[in-house]
Amino acid sequence: MCLAVPAKIESIDGQKATVSLAGMRSDVVTSLTPEAKVGDYVLVHAGYAITVLSEQEARETFTILREMVQGSE
Amino acid sequence: MNRLSAIRDDLATQWRRLGDRPGGVQLMEVCGTHTVAISRGGLRSLLPEGLRLISGPGCPVCVTDQSYIDQAAYLARELTDVTIATYGDMVRVPGALGSLAEARSAGADVQVVSAAHEAVALAARRPDRQVIFLAVGFETTAPATALAVQQARREGLGNFSVFTAHKLVLPAMRALLAQADVRIDGFLCPGHVSVITGWKAYEPLAAEFRRPCVVAGFDDEQILTGIAEILRQLAEGAPAAVSVYPPVRPEGNARAQEVMAEVFEVADARWRALGAIPESGLELREAYAEFDAARRFKLPTFESHDPPGCRCGDVITGRCLPTDCALFATACTPRRPVGPCMVSSEGSCAAYYKYHHRQAGKEQA
Repeated sequence: MCLAVPAKIESIDGQKATVSLAGMRSDVVTSLTPEAKVGDYVLVHAGYAITVLSEQEARETFTILREMVQGSE
Repeated sequence: MNRLSAIRDDLATQWRRLGDRPGGVQLMEVCGTHTVAISRGGLRSLLPEGLRLISGPGCPVCVTDQSYIDQAAYLARELTDVTIATYGDMVRVPGALGSLAEARSAGADVQVVSAAHEAVALAARRPDRQVIFLAVGFETTAPATALAVQQARREGLGNFSVFTAHKLVLPAMRALLAQADVRIDGFLCPGHVSVITGWKAYEPLAAEFRRPCVVAGFDDEQILTGIAEILRQLAEGAPAAVSVYPPVRPEGNARAQEVMAEVFEVADARWRALGAIPESGLELREAYAEFDAARRFKLPTFESHDPPGCRCGDVITGRCLPTDCALFATACTPRRPVGPCMVSSEGSCAAYYKYHHRQAGKEQA
């Protein structure tokens, strides 16, 4: 239940952003990451971005979480 | 040599440096996602003999007190014009009044949401219903509930409330160390809880109890790196709080901590098997009392015990393995779960069933 996945922000409208998440479009709330900008990677938990990732972190986190996401299908 | 073998080599080196320790070393992971990842990766079989991994109270559904489960079923079944909005994991947890899934079959309105704001949207769409959001989860999840409550206030929704059972991981770790009969030499700390709290939050625990507290991510490399780091600290006699998981900052997410503190206050909370733990849960502040389902609706109290024969309580406190429970894979299976540890996808029993029981070629449900 503490599952979280990295996603790239494509557009922001107020406190909501459209992200691309493993190739799928999804809406997330960005109130917890007010510094997030279009093009940033965020870690998304239950519909809310919980932290902004640097590109390097995003790449590492993608690798770290790939198995997890595949394993929880 | 690839990265994984380098990490395994380091782990073996640190293990040798530790020398002979009577009774071996026992580490606890306190995150359901770790529990699943360890079972899936078959990581226990890669560890040296004498190094044991036990699961702690890391699955939010599993640690939720039975009386809360029964009260939620009561809200669903007994009140008129009520809609229960809940994360999917809660729906099949059995209880004295049956599960929420059974309540739904009996005509109750139980809706699964994947984000807290979906429960608020439900209340906005259905002014004729009282929408009650079952707010379970650890520090990772609680900020979303806080935002949902603030959103309901902004939108003036008098028909939205939350029934809270949010828990804090750190006080539970403290309570676990106070158990005289369970040995814990170090903690593998939860990656996404720590994104919110920051890894420095574990410093007092590491210092006071002299136990390594290492935050790790969720693939095999991360978990083995975390374990190797714990062993290194033990070998050097220098327990500390650290993170090997890149997204975790020292201080965590300040905005999330702020939102949580605006809406919630820290309160004593009841955990399955661990009982009441001081300052281990979150309750709505007086300023948000109108959104508190426990104050809005009259709720009977229920007993706080596991179903007969179920050892979920022992499993989440490290006292036994799922396979030590007489009901495991016989009376209790993912299809017909007796206790929450077999219901939740993050429960230890479900993980053991999925990854070990099947491999052993035993009879399936």
